[in-house]
Amino acid sequence: MEKEGKGSSQKMIEIIGACKSFGRVRALIDVTMHVNRGEVVVIIGPSGSGKSTLLRCINHLEVLDSGTIIVDGIPLTDEKTNINAVRAEVGMVFQQFNLFPHLTALENITLAQRVVRKRSKEEAEHIAYELLKKVGIPEKAHAYPMQLSGGQQQRVAIARALAMQPKIMLFDEPTSALDPEMIKEVLDVMLDLAREGMTMVVVSHEMGFARAAADRIIFMDAGRIIEETTPEELFTAPKHERTRQFLSKILH
Amino acid sequence: MTEQVQPLEEAPPQSRLLGRLASVDRWWLLVLAAVGLIFLLVKASPHPYEEIFNFLTDGIVMTLQITLTSFIFILIVGMFGGLGRLSRSWLIKGIASLYVEVIRGIPLLVQLLFIWFAMPQIFEKIGYLLMPYWPNAGQWFIDLKLQPFSAAVLGITICYGAYMSEIFRAGIQSIHHGQMEAARSLGMTYVQAMRYVILPQAVRVILPPVGNEFVTLLKDSSLVSVLAVADLTRRGREYMSRTFLSFETWTMVALIYLVLTLTFTRLTSALERRMSLGQRR
Ligand SMILES: Nc1ncnc2c1ncn2[C@@H]1O[C@H](COP(=O)(O)OP(=O)(O)O)[C@@H](O)[C@H]1O
Ligand SMILES: [Mg+2]
Repeated sequence: MEKEGKGSSQKMIEIIGACKSFGRVRALIDVTMHVNRGEVVVIIGPSGSGKSTLLRCINHLEVLDSGTIIVDGIPLTDEKTNINAVRAEVGMVFQQFNLFPHLTALENITLAQRVVRKRSKEEAEHIAYELLKKVGIPEKAHAYPMQLSGGQQQRVAIARALAMQPKIMLFDEPTSALDPEMIKEVLDVMLDLAREGMTMVVVSHEMGFARAAADRIIFMDAGRIIEETTPEELFTAPKHERTRQFLSKILH
Repeated sequence: MTEQVQPLEEAPPQSRLLGRLASVDRWWLLVLAAVGLIFLLVKASPHPYEEIFNFLTDGIVMTLQITLTSFIFILIVGMFGGLGRLSRSWLIKGIASLYVEVIRGIPLLVQLLFIWFAMPQIFEKIGYLLMPYWPNAGQWFIDLKLQPFSAAVLGITICYGAYMSEIFRAGIQSIHHGQMEAARSLGMTYVQAMRYVILPQAVRVILPPVGNEFVTLLKDSSLVSVLAVADLTRRGREYMSRTFLSFETWTMVALIYLVLTLTFTRLTSALERRMSLGQRR
């Protein structure tokens, strides 16, 4: 794999001893991991294993019970940290797209640029048009989300996150709400991003994507990281029995 | 076969147009009928109906003024009350919830009477208490006298604001939490997310109940007649006590209220239709 930035081991995300419970449910148990600049890390694991919770903690949508998360050198747990400033550097793409239904695709992409980045209307729209071109739907600028297919909506959602020019992109099962014929168009956009050297954390069971783009794969189960490995190793010789069982289920 | 099918194929656009006209017109017809009835009464027997109508016009204006003025304040109180009930601060949430629960437990008429008759006494007491320490403020409280119009608007706003808070709360809660998360994940503050993402969507959801509140308020505004506000109902009472024409007076008052409420019901549902079309656009 010829990926830029891989050599520099500068940590973009560092998670140390992260714990998070929801009442009695322990969603994260002593999770420690890091993501280097320009790296693509794919997280897999059965439903309920804490994958979404981990991503949501990186974006401070959930607050850890204990442990530390450092994003681009800034500790999220620090009282003085401006969380909104950190969030603007971290783009997030959701399983259910979460586009703003009362706004057009263009307005979805310009809103945060204008109110958070304080860009002018012209500048924000220029960036939005460029991004719509990049994700392959420039003609849908003035369409409302409900007029778009699932694949198109998710591509607008990716463009919306990219418009903030984030340093990190988080994807939480970006294709699992999509019809099969639309999965590829979204994965292609993500592959492009990975090739451009974007730092990415992707929760996904699309093994084709993992094989092509992942530098590392993390397997989670019941709130813990069970195994951390490269794609080659994972498919040829998974170390743990539970990983093997899980893989046999998703690869059938 | 084909000859029979063809007209059917052409039918949809035409019948849709007719259908829309019919669904709009049918209810406006009721408004027209009520207006027509008033017109007929006034023309057919000017004594006393024309006289009554002329006597009541000031009241119609006052009723509309009270209703519209109060409604603007009600929307403001309702928005902040609704946001307050959803606040993460227990203090703000507690205050907002206490306000809603207490006010909803007291009849509007009693609240109006309280503001009109009991509040001056409270102000006076506060004034005398303040007098020794701060004479200017004390005097200000003693001299404070609510005008009937302001008292009416204040009473209605406090009461309806509580119901409106609940409508706003439910409307905001009906927006999927993913919307707030998406907005926050883009770096927006809570206030920015509310303003640009949640409230614009909630407004569409709450439009029907808000329109309903408006029409109910239009009718309930007749209660302010106890505060010496010369609204439609009070003008009716004045005319009746002068002429003893009970049947004629109250028939006319009822018909005027009917025209007002039917008109506003139609207007709000037209607005709803336009808003939902806007979203589908
Ligand atoms: N907001 C929440 N409230 C209560 N329980 C939650 C919440 N979010 C996640 N959980 C629980 O935490 C566990 C991990 O969930 P999640 O991170 O969504 O798993 P995954 O994304 O791997 O399917 C699950 O048992 C889930 O029920
Ligand atoms: Mg999940």
